[in-house]
Amino acid sequence: MSALNYAGIAETVDEVTGGGPPAAAPRIDKLDRRQFLKLTGVVGGGLMLSFSLPRAAANATQGGPFQPNGYLRIDESGIRIYAKNPEIGQGVKTSLPMIVAEELDVAWQDVEVVQAPIDQSAYGMQFAGGSMSVPMNWQPLRRAGATGRAMLVTAAAARLQVPEGELTTRDSHVLHEATGKRLAYTELAAEAAALPVPAARSLSLKPRDQWRLLGSRVTGVDNEALVRGEALFGIDQVVPGMKHACYTKCPAIGGKVRSANLPEVKKMPGVVDAFVLEGNGNAGQLLPGVAIVADNTWAALRAKRALKVEWDETDAGKDSWAAAAEQAERLRGESGPPVVNQGDVDAAFAAASKTVDAFYHYRFASHAQLEPENCTASFRDGALELWAPTQTPGSAINDAAGVLGIGADKVTLHQTRCGGGFGRRLYNDFVCEAAAIAKQAGAPVKLLWTREDDMAFDLYRAGGFHQLQGALDGDGKVTGWRDHFVTFTNDGRNPVSGGRLSRGVFPAGLVPNVRYEQTALPWSNRCAAWRAPGSNVFGFVVQSFLHELAVAAGRDHLEVLLEVLGEPRWLQPGRAQALHTGRAAGVVKLAAQEAGWGRKLPKGRGLGLAFYFSHAGHIAEVADVSVSAERKLTVHKVTVAADVGPIVNLSGAENQVQGSVVDGLSTMLGLAVTFENGRVQQTNFDKYPLLRMPATPEVDVHFVASDYEPTGLGEPALPPLAPAVCNAIFAASGHRVRTMPISEEGFSV
Amino acid sequence: MATLELRVNGRQHTLEGVDGQTPLLWVLRDELGLVGAKYGCGISQCGACTVQVGGAPVRSCSLPVAAVSGEVTTVEGLAAANGDLTAVQQAWVDLDVAQCGYCQSGQIMAAEALLRSNPEPTDADIDAAMAPNICRCGTYLRIREAVHVAAANLKENRT
Repeated sequence: MSALNYAGIAETVDEVTGGGPPAAAPRIDKLDRRQFLKLTGVVGGGLMLSFSLPRAAANATQGGPFQPNGYLRIDESGIRIYAKNPEIGQGVKTSLPMIVAEELDVAWQDVEVVQAPIDQSAYGMQFAGGSMSVPMNWQPLRRAGATGRAMLVTAAAARLQVPEGELTTRDSHVLHEATGKRLAYTELAAEAAALPVPAARSLSLKPRDQWRLLGSRVTGVDNEALVRGEALFGIDQVVPGMKHACYTKCPAIGGKVRSANLPEVKKMPGVVDAFVLEGNGNAGQLLPGVAIVADNTWAALRAKRALKVEWDETDAGKDSWAAAAEQAERLRGESGPPVVNQGDVDAAFAAASKTVDAFYHYRFASHAQLEPENCTASFRDGALELWAPTQTPGSAINDAAGVLGIGADKVTLHQTRCGGGFGRRLYNDFVCEAAAIAKQAGAPVKLLWTREDDMAFDLYRAGGFHQLQGALDGDGKVTGWRDHFVTFTNDGRNPVSGGRLSRGVFPAGLVPNVRYEQTALPWSNRCAAWRAPGSNVFGFVVQSFLHELAVAAGRDHLEVLLEVLGEPRWLQPGRAQALHTGRAAGVVKLAAQEAGWGRKLPKGRGLGLAFYFSHAGHIAEVADVSVSAERKLTVHKVTVAADVGPIVNLSGAENQVQGSVVDGLSTMLGLAVTFENGRVQQTNFDKYPLLRMPATPEVDVHFVASDYEPTGLGEPALPPLAPAVCNAIFAASGHRVRTMPISEEGFSV
Repeated sequence: MATLELRVNGRQHTLEGVDGQTPLLWVLRDELGLVGAKYGCGISQCGACTVQVGGAPVRSCSLPVAAVSGEVTTVEGLAAANGDLTAVQQAWVDLDVAQCGYCQSGQIMAAEALLRSNPEPTDADIDAAMAPNICRCGTYLRIREAVHVAAANLKENRT
């Protein structure tokens, strides 16, 4: 079987979750083989999900542990469920095992959850991205649990000499009601281990009204270890003989080391070694730089400060935000190449009784995950061992193997908890650096990026510019929509992640005549997936502009939004992960009702509404905001209505939504990354003011209990926040915000 | 390089050959193996490194170890000898406060210090005391609620 190739995962995820052309977009609920191969990048190999693997029975010996698949292991001492995907704060170390536990019918307190090893044959693709963990694993995990339950029932029937049909299960036990006999799973494990694994199609899954665990509030499985300060994160890892490393790269991408004061640095106390790495020509893997290896973190950091490097910037990037903004200002008056063209846009504008023009733009943003990039690496006898806080462990293995010139089979990666991800850890440059430094140093190293490294070498959420035009007919109906989007390209061909308008972007398919045009400016600083790629900025632009059109038509925003959504239907028929206008209208009405839409508010206070569909989630939000004459904001409350199908863990789901609101607010209020001479201007949190507790609004969360398959919740609650707040600012003050962050227009909290 | 005396979580440590300018954070993490306090920014902006010195919350990333005067308490030192969690820790578990959890030991140390000086804080008191601590995942609402729950449980135990 070939190794997994995660290259382009962000684009694939975009495509799966709403951004891409429907012809190529796989359904998540029923992935066929070709689509799954595309998702996983497996070429010519077979991707098997563990629930269909009969290997455990083949390996089983009498009395051995019961391990019908990679997700569970039962023996006399207890019940283990394995969590396959990286935990980055999205809660999957708890929610995915809950799905197994429900079908296995175990009492949750009996379960020990263990982070799974990286094993493609047992788990398929293991990653955290695109809000995909729940939708991709929902059916496989249910079957994994149901497989275990079925085999335990078979074992009990044999032991009790009764038909299987007389047996039921509950709370980690098989019950025989007629005789009152009760057998614990743990005492049946050895017998179940000797049985053949039943075919997936023979399994029956629990109907929803019999769920006992799913939909309840379950506290995170690592919470007790977290509050005791145990070593869960990448940065906490220690291996014998380990040294501490840091790495210094040219502040402008593409710069090389010309010279450095290495002799001086090597003489500093605690410094073991200092050397230059040339890089491998791939900015996503190993950039050129200077490594310092020391006995402890402080010695490494102190030496990094004393390090003086002369950079050769012949080939380095010269990115300038001011120059890009100037260029966009010129381009906004022109047409760009169309990427979506629906209906007859020119005719709609010619027939319009009113048209509206607006220019929206937003700065770059950084991931700023609180745990800076780090990785512990040990290279011995041609084999590499990694302890890495990554969202894409499979990709990390391949990338690091490539950098060292060894086979991927020579790499072992231990998954650690990640101190936030938000998309940053989809990319494994820090893993490649740790591997290269460990090899050169001849000792295990823990590489730590400083916060300044992290801000300077992020893969940013790209800025962008939108020249919009809307057409209204005599009834105030939206009949035409044009958007010339000026974005960025890293490779000179394709727009950066999140920089692509497509048929999945609102209001394509909803407004009869829509044209999206797109121009990409060259950019050297790397841009990539940032929580809800594309949607996180398009939501702000299009849901603010729709409100502008409603205001221009003299109509109620809620009424216009529901009119644009129209009759209940799938927007892309046959695609269950597409926008459903009925689900959309459902959450819009619910959020409006719960927030008291239309009620009278004092002067200077207003409600703002927004809807966005991303990552298969339908979410509407209403913000209640006061604005002072000095443009000081108070966001009193945000009401959220979400339809993501059934909820797996109510506690985790609510937390994700509240966190998305805080993240959205934090970013739209005051977070901007700018560039001059190729260099990032913001160096640390003092210049990148993340939201703090005093500015946090009340967040009221409502889930629609729909019958669709569950979809992910790490991302879709973020995009509607910014337009809801901006629309509320308009309602409160009459000022239309067209810039993110809004601090650029003088707003503060 | 000097010999330094440091009292942490009830234990006395004699540190040989440690640079007195080393931030307390790195002494705790690298020398004493106490990794609960986290590195986030290195400039006292995020609070992930918050520990207590003499009961007051401090940012250990910016405090030279030679300047430490008083007993240091870290998140590892909170639970009772029998392993029982404090009211604050228990509220954090019961309310499922954490998302990624990276900031939470700093949040807990700040909350413990707050409740010692102000056993029944208002929302505004909590906001003011917790403002130095960033939670990038945005769990502020649950943190605030957990502080209230811990305060209520502590009050019940006193009466």
